[in-house]
Amino acid sequence: MEFSGWLTAVVFTPLVGALIILVLARTDGQTRVVAGAAVVVDLLLSIAVFVLYDLDRGGTQLVDRTESWIPFADLAATGEAQIQYFLGVDGLSAPLVLLTGLIGAAAVFASWSVKHRVREYFVWLLVLQTAVMGVFTALDFLLFFLFWEIELVPMYFLIAVWGSGRKEYSAMKFLIFTFLGSAFMLVGILALFFSTGTFDMTALPEAIAGAELIAPAAVIFSLLFVAFAVKLPVWPVHTWLPDAHTDAPTAVSVMLAGVLLKMGGYGMVRVSGHMFPEVIVDAAWILATLGVVNVVYGAIVTLRQTDLKRLVAFSSISHMGYVLIGISSVAGVAGSVSPTGLTGAAMQMFTHGTITGLLFLLVGLVYEKAHTRHIPDLGGIASRMPVLAALFLLAGLASLGLPGTSGFVAEVLVFLGTFEVWAWATAIGAFGIVITAGYILWAVQRSFFGPANERFAGIGDATPMEMIPAVVLVIAIVGVGVYPSIVSDLFAAGVEPITQFIETEGGLALANAK
Amino acid sequence: MTLHDVYLLSPELSVAGLGLLLLVLDLLVARKRALAALAAVGLVVPLALSVLLWFDLSEVGAVENTGILADTLVIDRFALFFKFLFLGVAAAVVLVSLDYARRFERFRTEFYALMLFSVSGMMLLASSVEMITLYISLELTALPVAALAAFNRDGRSAEAGMKFLILSGISSAVLLYGMVLVYGFTGATMLDDIAARIGQIGLTDSEPFGSYALLLGVVMIVAGFGFKITAVPFQMWAPDVYEGSPTPVTAFLSVASKAAGFAIVLRVFYVAFPMDMVSIEWSAVFAVLAALSMTVGNFAAIAQGNIKRMLAYSTVAHAGYLLVGLAAAASRAPNGEDPLGPSGLLFYLAGYAVMNMAAFSAVIAISDRIGSDRIDDYAGMSRRAPYLAAVLAFAMVSLTGVPPTVGFMVKVYMFGAAVNHDLAWLAVFGVVNSVVSAYYYVRVIKVMYLSPPTTEERLVSGLPLRLAVLVATAAVLFFGVYPAPLLEFARSAAEVLLAVS
Repeated sequence: MEFSGWLTAVVFTPLVGALIILVLARTDGQTRVVAGAAVVVDLLLSIAVFVLYDLDRGGTQLVDRTESWIPFADLAATGEAQIQYFLGVDGLSAPLVLLTGLIGAAAVFASWSVKHRVREYFVWLLVLQTAVMGVFTALDFLLFFLFWEIELVPMYFLIAVWGSGRKEYSAMKFLIFTFLGSAFMLVGILALFFSTGTFDMTALPEAIAGAELIAPAAVIFSLLFVAFAVKLPVWPVHTWLPDAHTDAPTAVSVMLAGVLLKMGGYGMVRVSGHMFPEVIVDAAWILATLGVVNVVYGAIVTLRQTDLKRLVAFSSISHMGYVLIGISSVAGVAGSVSPTGLTGAAMQMFTHGTITGLLFLLVGLVYEKAHTRHIPDLGGIASRMPVLAALFLLAGLASLGLPGTSGFVAEVLVFLGTFEVWAWATAIGAFGIVITAGYILWAVQRSFFGPANERFAGIGDATPMEMIPAVVLVIAIVGVGVYPSIVSDLFAAGVEPITQFIETEGGLALANAK
Repeated sequence: MTLHDVYLLSPELSVAGLGLLLLVLDLLVARKRALAALAAVGLVVPLALSVLLWFDLSEVGAVENTGILADTLVIDRFALFFKFLFLGVAAAVVLVSLDYARRFERFRTEFYALMLFSVSGMMLLASSVEMITLYISLELTALPVAALAAFNRDGRSAEAGMKFLILSGISSAVLLYGMVLVYGFTGATMLDDIAARIGQIGLTDSEPFGSYALLLGVVMIVAGFGFKITAVPFQMWAPDVYEGSPTPVTAFLSVASKAAGFAIVLRVFYVAFPMDMVSIEWSAVFAVLAALSMTVGNFAAIAQGNIKRMLAYSTVAHAGYLLVGLAAAASRAPNGEDPLGPSGLLFYLAGYAVMNMAAFSAVIAISDRIGSDRIDDYAGMSRRAPYLAAVLAFAMVSLTGVPPTVGFMVKVYMFGAAVNHDLAWLAVFGVVNSVVSAYYYVRVIKVMYLSPPTTEERLVSGLPLRLAVLVATAAVLFFGVYPAPLLEFARSAAEVLLAVS
C-alpha cells in the first residue's frame, strides 16, 4: 500500500465541491462560490502534481494504491486478483492532469452567467471533472474504465438540460456512441485480465507480451481501439461530435474539446500503443490513413460551416487527425522508433485542449452578446468588442500553427516524428494546415472584421470576469509556444518507455530483416 | 421430525406463522395499518433465525445435521443466501406497499399474509434437494402470487391473476412431466441420487444422458424453470401480468420470484445434472437463451409507454444477463479453477434485487400519487418530487450498468465470467445489449428531468416508503463503490455448489 494523497485529492476535490453544493449551498451565489473554490483548489493541486513530478526519476510517481478493493477472480494460473484503487502519473499523464485542471477551471468560470437550474449544473460540471481526472490518473484498468463510464451521465445531463437546439437528440447521440464504444472496451479489458491475471496498467504491457492471450491480440486491440476512436473522434465514428458541440452549453463544449477528446488519444497511446506493440506497428498504416482522412475531411467540412461553433467543432476533428498521424509514427524506421511522433501527438492533445477550449469560450461570449453564431450575420463586431476579437484572432492563429504559439510546436513535432515513417501522410497532413489557415482566417474576417454592423451597435466587450478564463488559457497557449519544453520534456519522458517497448517487442527487427 | 429439524426450518416456519398470525389478528384488530407494520417488524424474527443458522454452519458450509424431513431439505450457505435475499425483498415490499395497500380495503391484511406464504415457499425452494419437495415449494410460491396479482379487482388485475394462474399451472405441469420422466429413468427423486444414476447409465452411451427420453425430461424441466425466470421464449406472460398486478406485487414478482427460479435452476443443474456428467452442451443452450432473452427484452422494452410494462421487459433482459452466468457456470473454466459463473450469478441476483427494488419503490411512490403508469405522465417529476425522481433516475442508471452503481459492478463480474469461460461472443452480445437498454432507461430520466411538468403540485409520500427508497438507493450506491462484502457473500454461497459437483 502506497499513498501519497496528491492524486486522490486532485481527482476528488471537484466531487467534494459537488457534494458541498448538494448539501449546503442554498443560493445560486453560494453554489458559484463553492464551485469556483473547488476548481481553483483543483487547479492548484494539478499544478502541484505537474511540478512535483520528478522528471529525473521518471516512471510512475505520486502513487495512491491500495492492494485490495474489490476481489475479482481467483485464477488457477495467477492466483487471487483484486481490482485495485491505483492512481499514479507519469510523463504522459501529468501534463494532461494539468490540462484538466486548467480547462475545468475555465469551464466553471465561463459558466458564471448560467441562470437555469444552477445547482444541478455545477454539480454535474464538477462530477464531470472528477471523472476526467480519474481517467488520466487511474492505473488500474477497471478503475480507468469506471471513470471512463462515470463521465457519461454528467455529459448527458449537461447537454440535454442546458444545451440549445436539438439538445436532447445530441445528448442521446453522444450517450449511445460513447456507451457503445466503451461497451466493447469492457470486453477488451476483461479479455486482457483473463489472459494475464492483472488489471495493473503499468504491468500489463510486459504481462501481455509474456502471456498466451485468450483471443487474438488484434481482436482485443480492436475492441479497445473502438472506444478510443469514438472518443477522439476518428472518422467515420465522429458524427456525434459536431452535434454534441453545437448543442452543448459553452462550458461543456470547452470541456468536451478541451479534455474529453483527449481521453481517446490518451487511451490510444497508453493502451493501444503500449500494450499491443506488434498490432500497432502492423496497424500503423491504417492509423496514418485514418489520420489523413480526419485532417482533410475535417478541414474541408469545416470550410463549409456557417455556424461559428460548428466550425470550431469540425476543426477539432481535423486537428485530432494529427494525433492519429503522430501515433502512426510508431511503425518506426529501420527498426528504431523515435519518440518524437508520439510526443507530438501528446503535445497536439495538450495544445488543442487549450486552443480549442479558448475558441469555444470566445464563441460562447460572442453568442451571448450578439445572440447569433451565424457567420454571415456577424461581421464588423471587432469594433464593438476589440478584446474578444483580438483573443479570437490569437486563438485562431494558434490553431493554424503560428510559430510562437503552442499549436506550432505540436504540429512540427508530429510532422518531424512521422515524416520519415509515412512521408505521404505527413505531406497530405501538412496540406491540412493550409486549409486550416483558410477557414480560420476566413471565419475571423467574416465574423469580426468588415464594415461595422448597425445591429450590433449596443453590444459591449468581454467583462473582466469573462476574461479570467480566457486569459488563463492564453497564458498556457503562448507560454507553451515560447517555452515548449516545460510540457514536451514531460511528454517525451512519458512516451519514451512506450517507443522503446515497441522497438523491442513490436517485431520491428524482424520486419527489417526481411 | 425432531426438535432440531424444527430449529433448522425455523425461518420458514416463522414466516408462515407470521402470515397466519396476521390473518388471526385481522379479525381482532381494527387498525389495519398496525398489522402491516407488524408484518414488516415481524420479519426480523426469521431474519434473526437465519443469521443464527448462518453462524451454526460448519466450515464446509452446511449445517451438521442436514437430514430434515427425510433428507429432502438442506440448510447450507447457498440456501441461506437466498433466504436473506427473499426476506430482504419481502421486508422492502411490505414497506413500500403500506400506503398503496389502502386501496385493498378490507383485504389489506390478506395481502401481506399471502405474500408471506409465498416467501415461505421460496425459502423452502432454496433449501430443497428433492424433486417432490421442490415441486410443492414451487406451487406454494406461485399460488399466492396468482391471488395477489388479481388484488386490484379490476379488469386488468383479474386478467393478470388469471393469466398467471393458468400459465403458471401449465409451466408447472411441464415441469412435473419432466420430473416424472427423470424419475422414470433414474428411479430417484433425490437430486444427488439422480446424479449418481445418470453417472451409471450415461457416460457409457453415445446418447446424451444415455437416453433421449431422459434428455426430454431435462429439457422440460428447463422449460418449466424458464417460466419462473422469464427467459425467452417463456416470457410471454410477464408484460401482461406485470402491468395488471398491483405494483408491489410486480416488484415482488420481478425480484423475488426470479431469484427463486434461479436458485432452483442452479441447485438442480449443479447437483442433479452435474456439468461434467452430462454430455450435451448445456453451456450453449443457456448461452442461446441468454442472447435471446437480452435481445427480445431490450428491444421490446424500447417500444413501451407504460413504465410497468417497460420494467417487465427489462426484467426479461436481465434474465438474459443472468443466464449469461448460467452459461458460464455450465462450461468448465479453461484451466480448472473456480468458475466465476455461479458466484457471478448470485452476485448479480443480489445486485439486481437491490436496484430493481429501488426502481420499483420509486415507481410505486410516484404512480400511486399521480394515478398513472404511463411514462409520459412522469414529465417534470424532477420538480414535483425531486427526491423520488433522483432515486428513479439513479436506479435507471444502475439498471443500464453505468458506475458508480451496483448495476455496473454486477455486469462487469457477469461479463467477466463469460469471457473467462470462452464465451466472449456472449459478453459482446451483452454489452451491446446494455447500450440498447440505455435508450429506454434514459428515456425515463429524460421525461422526468427535461419535460415540463403538467402541474406544479408536489408529491408527498409516507415515511415507510421513503425509508425503503433510501435504503435501496444507499445499497445501490454502496455496493457500486464497495461491492466486496456482497461479492464475498455470494462467493461463499456458491462454494457450496462447487463442493458438490
